[in-house]
Amino acid sequence: MSAAVVSPPVPAVGRPAFGATLTGTGRMVRFMLRRDRVRLSVWTASVVFFYAYFVVALGAMGDEALAGRALIMETPSGIAMGGPGYGIDDYTVGVAIANEGITWMVMALAIMSILHVVRHTRGEEEGGRSELVRAGAVGRHAPAVAATITLLIVNAVIAIVSALALYGVGESDLGLGDSFALTVGSGLSAMVFGAIALVAAQVTEHGRGAVGISLAAFGIAFMVRAAGDIQERHGSALSWFSPIAWAQQMRPFVDVRWWPAALSVVAIVLFLLLGAFLGSRRDFGSGMVAVRAGRADARATLRGPVTLAWIQQRIVLMWCVLGLGLMWYASGTLLPDITSMIAEIPENNPVFAAVFGADTSQFTTAFLGVMVLFAMLCCAAYAVVMGQRPKAEEGVGRAEIALAKPVSRQRWFGSQLLVAGLGTAVLAAVSIWGLWVGAVSVGYEEQSFGDYTEVLWPYLLALAVYLGFTAALYAWFPRVAGIGWALLIYTFVIGMFGGLLEDLPDWVHRVSPFYWLPAAFTEEPEASHMLGLTGVAVVLFLLAFAGFRRRDVPSV
Amino acid sequence: MTVTPAIEIHDLSKSFGRVQALDGLNLAVQPGEIRGFLGPNGAGKSTTIRVLLGLLRADAGSARLFGGDVWRDAVELHKRITYVPGDVSLWPNLTGGECIDYLARLSGHAEKSRLRARKVELLERFELDPRKKARTYSKGNRQKVALVAAFLTDAELYVLDEPTSGLDPLMEAVFTEYIREARSAGRSVLLSSHILSEVEKVCDTVTIIRNGTDVESGTLDDLRHLTRTSVTAVVGGNPAAVAQLPGVHDLVTTASDGGTRVTFDTDNAQIGTVLTAMSALEVRSFTATPPSLEDLFMRHYGDVIDADEAAAEAAANGAAAGRKAGAR
Repeated sequence: MSAAVVSPPVPAVGRPAFGATLTGTGRMVRFMLRRDRVRLSVWTASVVFFYAYFVVALGAMGDEALAGRALIMETPSGIAMGGPGYGIDDYTVGVAIANEGITWMVMALAIMSILHVVRHTRGEEEGGRSELVRAGAVGRHAPAVAATITLLIVNAVIAIVSALALYGVGESDLGLGDSFALTVGSGLSAMVFGAIALVAAQVTEHGRGAVGISLAAFGIAFMVRAAGDIQERHGSALSWFSPIAWAQQMRPFVDVRWWPAALSVVAIVLFLLLGAFLGSRRDFGSGMVAVRAGRADARATLRGPVTLAWIQQRIVLMWCVLGLGLMWYASGTLLPDITSMIAEIPENNPVFAAVFGADTSQFTTAFLGVMVLFAMLCCAAYAVVMGQRPKAEEGVGRAEIALAKPVSRQRWFGSQLLVAGLGTAVLAAVSIWGLWVGAVSVGYEEQSFGDYTEVLWPYLLALAVYLGFTAALYAWFPRVAGIGWALLIYTFVIGMFGGLLEDLPDWVHRVSPFYWLPAAFTEEPEASHMLGLTGVAVVLFLLAFAGFRRRDVPSV
Repeated sequence: MTVTPAIEIHDLSKSFGRVQALDGLNLAVQPGEIRGFLGPNGAGKSTTIRVLLGLLRADAGSARLFGGDVWRDAVELHKRITYVPGDVSLWPNLTGGECIDYLARLSGHAEKSRLRARKVELLERFELDPRKKARTYSKGNRQKVALVAAFLTDAELYVLDEPTSGLDPLMEAVFTEYIREARSAGRSVLLSSHILSEVEKVCDTVTIIRNGTDVESGTLDDLRHLTRTSVTAVVGGNPAAVAQLPGVHDLVTTASDGGTRVTFDTDNAQIGTVLTAMSALEVRSFTATPPSLEDLFMRHYGDVIDADEAAAEAAANGAAAGRKAGAR
């Protein structure tokens, strides 16, 4: 061995300077803002728009209607959907926005914050992009800190612009200080959930898990606040455990106080510190909680395309059933209050008169009918979405894998449509019966369970037409299957405003499948109409099967 | 006695709008045959396979599997075949193991103990963790899921469309092994690929497709015969006589130390005549490179590649000219 080989001196690596784990944060902040410029602009514009819209819409109601609104906001469901009831005795536009709006603004901003944080931390790690970034001269904490800073920037911009919008649109009825208290409080409250998302992103291995945990945290905060406020006007001790309350308890437009915002700030800092602590103790790409391994073998029930379609659609169906079920249940509980409120409107409002009719004695059923229409439009939307599931399957190549097996096209397509159709029916039943349960639970029993069921079944026939229409479009013109939405929008416009537009030719109404249905709770279904709807649905499904049988796969 | 071919395609044509994807394609795979289906991207390999699977309807010509009509009898025929696409997408919320079982059950195979043992073996050989959700699999792992599912069932015909894309060399070797096992069990395979070495390793016969038409078809040995051998030699005599021979192409001479360096290609059919002529020239060194499948491939696609390069160059020049014009 020769000892003559002298290796060149390797420069020693000194002790890292303080804050080295944050190297590159500034560049990442700029990069994130640039990358998300469209997304964040849309969020900002939407939130500002809704603030402004509420001011205008509430302002147009007039004092009497606002006072009526205040009465609803004192009911338990009003408190759950609204706020702790500050200033409810003198219900002005500003008070209404603060009392009813903060919960929903915090929700919108919290969703934005959660998605933003997870996207730029766990999402990037999961997608493998973060690996490239971290291999550069970028500190361990830089992505998380940059995500937090960008979130702070966006929330600050939204709060400032929204406050100015409130002040501007409110024609100086809304004070600048109170406006800022409202928007800054909401923004800080939402940031708490962003900070929770940062912790969740350290704990779980997948972005979806982190989003789920954070949204669950919001759900708990929502319920805690609602339960606390129902116990006591202006909130009980329980309310104060929810970050949503911290924004509401600033009492904007009533008797503004700023100190509850400090609670949000403290919570944000604590969660960020926890996130940093956890982040320093885990490996890149892994979480604190290992992902559970799934099944090595399929269940015996996973035998054919029907089971598979069910597995694919059940999660969405479950969320829709839960969300729409709760929504229509809540609407049912509001029924007695709302009907008494809208009774005062139509005298001077032709739009309402056209929608609900001018006969005040019929308002309850007319209003219920409109709720049913909305509920069924949601179900029709579900049918249109699920009717396009096969298109997604075809687009990514999974249809091809299944059809290369001894599975006929009818069996594959039929399975998808069967599960979509049953899902739609379940959703419709849950929505309609949800209304009934809600109404009955507050002692409103004008209509029986049988009456609601009587309303439900003709709608099922009409919903089949939406599914059949979308399926036929997919089968014959797969690229434009999205036109299925057009029928839905048409139904909505005709159903809501058809009465306003006079002298429309009859056929304009007849195109809408809902036109053929009896008026909810007042009319009997006409046999010929029901047969006609059934016939149209059957023809559409036959067309769909015939078309799908003869065409190339894939052709999307 | 005539044997019904596993695959029989005559004059197959298929167009998508104005694009003629297949234009009079012929292809046959006999029982027990392992046929390579070679061609660059966009030549029509996947289109052919989708017609065979009854997914696409042919415009003209006939395509039969085991004598049955690929469109009309699709479901019956699919009981006897198995298919692996080149880009597998799986059901994201199922695990790999669930996907494998589901695909096996769609084939109509009940879960017998033998099947279970086979699954365990395949998972081990392909080093696949079946308990992960399909959405977390890499491309290579998704490919493995499809391969395990394919080799799990006793199909009579394997239709494989670039099945090893995304696999590492070790896994390619495992794949090759299972193909050989299928061959010794008397099964037929159609292996579409643009990886020549893969086809050379496992296939008995090859069909080369170009622009939707089969341009060459036969056993690997047959095809090699059709190609040219490259010769490099240093000779003392005048090679002009060799240049005159039929079957000698692209002859180039350069002065070399104490002689003339001569390089040329010769048709394999003429190689005897060429050697006789060479031996009269005081040969000092002689190298002959045998034809590879790659040469064969390049012979059919060389001009395409040249044309592509020319087009790319023209486009680049055009873009540069455009930029200049824009700058002015």
